[in-house]
Amino acid sequence: MATAVEVRDLKAYFGKTEALHGINISIEATHATAVIGPSGCGKSTFIRCLNRMHETNPEARAQGEVKIGGADIYSMPAVDVRRKVGMVFQKPNPFPSMSIYDNVAAGLKLNGTRNRHTLDEAVERSLQQAAIWDEVKDVLKKKSGASLSGGQQQRLCIARALAVNPEVLLMDEPASALDPISTAKIEDLIFELKQKLTIVIVTHNMQQASRVAEFTGFFLMGHLVEFDRTEKIFTNPSDKRTEDYITGRFG
Amino acid sequence: MTRIRFHQELDELKHRILAMAGMAEQAVDLAVQAYSQRDLNLCERVLANESGINRAEREVDEFAIDLLAMQQPMAIDLRFILAVIKINADLERVGDQAVNIAQRVMHMVGMPAFELPVDIPAMASRVRAMVRDALRSFIEGDTELAKHVLEADDEIDRINHEAFAALSACMQAKPDCAVQALDALSIARNLERVADHATNIAEDVIFWVRGADVRHGAGQTIAGT
Repeated sequence: MATAVEVRDLKAYFGKTEALHGINISIEATHATAVIGPSGCGKSTFIRCLNRMHETNPEARAQGEVKIGGADIYSMPAVDVRRKVGMVFQKPNPFPSMSIYDNVAAGLKLNGTRNRHTLDEAVERSLQQAAIWDEVKDVLKKKSGASLSGGQQQRLCIARALAVNPEVLLMDEPASALDPISTAKIEDLIFELKQKLTIVIVTHNMQQASRVAEFTGFFLMGHLVEFDRTEKIFTNPSDKRTEDYITGRFG
Repeated sequence: MTRIRFHQELDELKHRILAMAGMAEQAVDLAVQAYSQRDLNLCERVLANESGINRAEREVDEFAIDLLAMQQPMAIDLRFILAVIKINADLERVGDQAVNIAQRVMHMVGMPAFELPVDIPAMASRVRAMVRDALRSFIEGDTELAKHVLEADDEIDRINHEAFAALSACMQAKPDCAVQALDALSIARNLERVADHATNIAEDVIFWVRGADVRHGAGQTIAGT
């Protein structure tokens, strides 16, 4: 298996507070990796370091090495990093005043793509990949992204992230605000998407982690306590702290 | 500690399977006692108690399945519930073996008593010790004790083979005792099966506590490690 993301001795800070204490992990390409752990353990901070979102906070900085496809993301412009690494958040955040079409095309336009045919193709491909094309194809330019249901908005945001052909898609609790049907659609989508790209998903829902991810990492107080195949983590974890957390004995 | 209610329910599940284990153990004790004393009343008690064991098996299964569905257990809790479901089936089969022994005893009591070349009470004593140890290993999560149970099974197999050889020879030498010898052979076989169920229980305890699958001589752990 090929490594998509190589993280070496990654530390993240908020001001003087060290939030991640030297994370080392190799994330397999074209697989889904789940990141679990209690609130405040550093899991969101960790994935925000993978596309340099962490440093958008003026108080925050990161130290260490993160390589995506072999290239050190801290040695390239942040804009290029975010083209390689898309991100989807807990709460769907479509651009409210833009049409569905423009929401998906926004990233490409920012990157300088102006050709109408190229944009049309990318929008359709992305919406199809995000499994929402059939639901919106007739209202692409008539309806705004904000007019869709919560589950549709989240898939629209996934389509927007896919439009620039990322190598890695980061998902920060992408289904936590959705109903079970919309959650199932997102999970089906993850299964389809990971055939072609690498997914790192933060989730509080351990059943979701076990359903969608081949690998799982357990974070606790800024440390990566355990990283292994998902079935190992959820049936027979090596570390007592992992077991205490996933069985609810933690705390 | 979180999920307090769930962990109370796991305790309740353990309590229920141990209650059932007590019934299965008692059934074997009564059946062996019935053999030693040629006592039809004890045989009737074993038969009468079987429905209680069957009912307990269903109740434990239902409770365990409810926990799986409602609580989505993980890791050691998941392994515990899976182990209980399997132990439950083994205990029910122990109850069945006791019934088989009682039925053989009922058959033997109707015929003249013969001095047979097999010490069923001694074999039963070893088998009951295995069952007791298997259950104690479950109560205490003691994998060392569980391993001793696995080792003891070889001895029971050896006793069973010796009983087979001795009773076969007896049948050939004294055809008059063939029917009684066949009954004793079946009883020895039933006891050997009880020991197999104790072995299964011990394997389930190791699976629960260590996540290791040691069935059929395998030493590897689950989840590919």
